[in-house]
Amino acid sequence: MASMRDIKRRKGSIQSTQQITKAMKLVSTVKLQKAKNRAEQTNPYSNYMYQTVTSMLAKSGTIDHPYLRKGESTKKAVVVITSNRGLAGGYNSNVVKLVTGSEDLPVDDVEIYAIGNKGKEALERRGYEIKEDGSGIIESPSYEDAAALCKQILADYTAGEIGEIYLAYTHFKNTVSHEPKLIKLLPVEFDEEEIGQAAEANVLMNYEPNEEEALDMIIPKYVTSLFYGALVEAVASENGARMQAMDSATSNAEEMISDLTLKYNRARQGSITQELTEIIAGASAIS
Amino acid sequence: MADENRVFDVEIITPDRVFYTGKATMIEFNTAAGELGVYKKHIPLTTVLAPGVVKIHEDGEEDVIAAVHSGFAEILPEKVTLLAEIAEWPNEIDKGRAEAARARAEERLANKTEAIDVKRAEFALRKALVRIDIAK
Repeated sequence: MASMRDIKRRKGSIQSTQQITKAMKLVSTVKLQKAKNRAEQTNPYSNYMYQTVTSMLAKSGTIDHPYLRKGESTKKAVVVITSNRGLAGGYNSNVVKLVTGSEDLPVDDVEIYAIGNKGKEALERRGYEIKEDGSGIIESPSYEDAAALCKQILADYTAGEIGEIYLAYTHFKNTVSHEPKLIKLLPVEFDEEEIGQAAEANVLMNYEPNEEEALDMIIPKYVTSLFYGALVEAVASENGARMQAMDSATSNAEEMISDLTLKYNRARQGSITQELTEIIAGASAIS
Repeated sequence: MADENRVFDVEIITPDRVFYTGKATMIEFNTAAGELGVYKKHIPLTTVLAPGVVKIHEDGEEDVIAAVHSGFAEILPEKVTLLAEIAEWPNEIDKGRAEAARARAEERLANKTEAIDVKRAEFALRKALVRIDIAK
């Protein structure tokens, strides 16, 4: 049986850990609120962008445009959005698993554009090639950052260095549920069903200057808006995941403390009983 | 004036917020192909925006003015949506900064000897001019 002093020390250390996890939970709750609001405000833009591009493509399915064709290169670019800090439960490893587990993405053909240190380190260890590291972006994502990243990747794409572009991030469903997602950005692919619906619902749309130039202009904006949306959602998910992880850590600590308190009291009782027995035994030996 | 047959919905959406929603009788803005004024029942049109002033004529109210820098517009008979990357109200513009940006862009365009991105400098100059224009 552990001594009273050992138990007491252990309890103290768990208590101070609990204070840290509690504080971290509070911090991420506040950050989550902010990030959540931001994600909600970004939503209309991304949604509308998606609708517009879908309806454009519904009618211009026959257009031969670099962004709608598969590139010649077998290289695939994957933008992986994770966090710079750990202690967020399965948040980072879920995104990494999505990339390593995908059959479409063999290690040799993939170039990683990493946003977030944790994902970068994990993928580097597994032998993926890291082409770019933009980990600073995730601290406070802005639309300009997303635009710069998008410009760079699209330049590589049009230069023929990469044939496909993927995006791996964590979708923020609501405060308690976040879902890692891997989506294909380019060449643009849409649900046949959605395209059909858009085509039916649509009036005859005109384009100025013309369809191809409009596509040229709108597709980069579409990709940028997806990047930006993903960044903002990833921040919200990160804080949500951390809040949950810290919440369960705090309640686990609580459980351990109550367990140790019980053990400590038993040990105290035990030592008192033992002392008494010793005194009585000593006294009866003298008399 | 409150004539239901003349007003249509206008929405201006930026990446960070829904910038404006309301009803208007006419909206004017700058596109890549020149200035455009839209009334209700315009033919469906998708067009690319150029930096410029957006003027929304509300029914019986004062005109609403904003600066919009890049993006595109979707025009439907009953609704006009501007998807803008940057949109600003006049009171949000820092005039001093815009003046500085104009000076910088003009200087770049004046001595083209260095390897500079002329297109980008021109775009910056147009943006600055729009900002100065609207902040007056």
